[in-house]
Amino acid sequence: MTNAVVVEGLVKRFGENTALGGVDLTVSEGTVLGLLGPNGAGKTTVVRILSTLLQPDAGRAEVAGLDLATQADQVRARIGLTGQYAAVDEYLTGAENLEMVGRLYRLGKRESRQRAGSLLERFDLTDAAHRPAKTYSGGMRRRLDVAASLIARPQVLFLDEPTTGLDPRSRLAMWEFIADLVHDGTTILLTTQYLEEADRLADRMVVIDRGEVIARGTADELKAQVGGERLELTVAVVEQLDAVTEALRPLAQGELHADRQSRRLSVPVTGGTDTLAEALRRLSGVRADVLDIGLRRPDLDDVFLTLTGHSAEDGEPAGDPEAVPTVSAGASR
Amino acid sequence: MSTLAETVSDSAVITRRNLIKVKRVPDLIVFATLSPIMFVVLFRYIFGGAINLPPGITYAEFLLPGIFAQTVVFGSTVTGASIAEDLQKGLIDRFRSLPMSRSAVLIGRTVADLGLNVISITVMALTGLAVGWRIHSSIAEAIGGFLVLLVFAFAISWLMALVGLLVRTPEVVNNASFIVIFPLTFASNAFVPLETFPSWLRGFAEWNPVSTVVQASRELFGNVPAGAPVPDAWSLQHPALYTVLWTVVILAVFVPLSVRAYLRTASR
Repeated sequence: MTNAVVVEGLVKRFGENTALGGVDLTVSEGTVLGLLGPNGAGKTTVVRILSTLLQPDAGRAEVAGLDLATQADQVRARIGLTGQYAAVDEYLTGAENLEMVGRLYRLGKRESRQRAGSLLERFDLTDAAHRPAKTYSGGMRRRLDVAASLIARPQVLFLDEPTTGLDPRSRLAMWEFIADLVHDGTTILLTTQYLEEADRLADRMVVIDRGEVIARGTADELKAQVGGERLELTVAVVEQLDAVTEALRPLAQGELHADRQSRRLSVPVTGGTDTLAEALRRLSGVRADVLDIGLRRPDLDDVFLTLTGHSAEDGEPAGDPEAVPTVSAGASR
Repeated sequence: MSTLAETVSDSAVITRRNLIKVKRVPDLIVFATLSPIMFVVLFRYIFGGAINLPPGITYAEFLLPGIFAQTVVFGSTVTGASIAEDLQKGLIDRFRSLPMSRSAVLIGRTVADLGLNVISITVMALTGLAVGWRIHSSIAEAIGGFLVLLVFAFAISWLMALVGLLVRTPEVVNNASFIVIFPLTFASNAFVPLETFPSWLRGFAEWNPVSTVVQASRELFGNVPAGAPVPDAWSLQHPALYTVLWTVVILAVFVPLSVRAYLRTASR
């Protein structure tokens, strides 16, 4: 299979700060690569470079078989970009937005109008087609933005956090649209902080943190890196977390992770239900109100925690009592 | 399509987009029409009685070219704020990722703002005619008078485009340009004759291109009384030439600088 995107040794510095410290990745034609990482990891910088918005300081990249450094113009004709913020003109209607972008892709008047009409229908925007985008909900704007990036049938599509800020229903709808695109053969590079999103949409994943690739592979391969199951429990009062942690420490097959914000303890274990029974026995000797307890297979949240020592969505080192909550809005439970 | 034809076609798409906004945002039209009307009427009747002019000219005739210049120069600052807004909203990122002409976003912007200035100046001219302003020259000269104003404002638009790309916040663009544009338009001959200025300020005002824009359009509209004394400064003796020189220099410097900044910018 040929690669639609090839990135080799990409380096980008902003003053003193190294945003990318030599990133390599490839995306096979017709597949989805999930680029994962916390805020500030460098995901958006990769997308900005690949969509010709930024020049790298070192390294090279090819998109759709074209060299970014020397053939940027041809690259632009073959890509679509949906940035983190819905880049739609609020004062234009949905249809006008799409027709404008079509014209700027040099599709011609009639084809721009036809493409706009069919994309509005595909993204459930036909009823709102002649209303200014100002009146659209967040989910509608995002859909319009994605539609705009598709108007010229790009070979490669860059989606930078396409569902950030969307409510759960809009997020599900967006996932369905993206799955349809993949079905039609579009190559997609998708960045996300939501591990469930990557798990669901991406064929392969690259995890970056502080500008470096720290892991790559399929979801299953990444999960295998983290190893076995986990025993997870939540206590009613945060002060009880320490006692519970101490009681279960002898069962742990590695580092325990206590999150004070969510009052949750995660213990890597082996032995399945026997271990669970042992844990319950030990907990009966502790004055603590356990709200729920269970065994769980690792998900990508655990992958991230194991690889970086911090959760995917906070960007802060784990274990810090003041740490931003490890919200797992997208993570499967 | 040739590159030039592509640039023209892309610029037309962007100009149209910007003008649709003018149509849909009432604030812009109010700013572009009502406030010039207000300025014409207020200045005409408030300062009209207090300012001593050479014989042979009324304050309305003296004032209108000044108000034209002030309004179009202020109007061209819209360029900077609009570009900063597009940058903030990620639209510039989108445009830069498209296979479109690299200067079309800025051309489309400055041309649309030129259009807005044409609307303003038309409204002001009609208001002016209602309060006593008259054109005493030929049609060709009068058209020349309007062109001097519009072309100079178009050049300022390109300067403001660079400011918008560098400053990136519409509010800051507005405040910053106010601090520069306000003294530039008031320390000129737009509202009062330069003879009343203290000498240090007069020197500045005589070479201030806003003064020469005003002087050039006054001459072209026939709003300078016959027998008025010839100004001392070379700039005011040849106001149209001096203004065109400024316009050419501003465009020659700021068109490439703005396009370069556009190609390097990205929203944060």
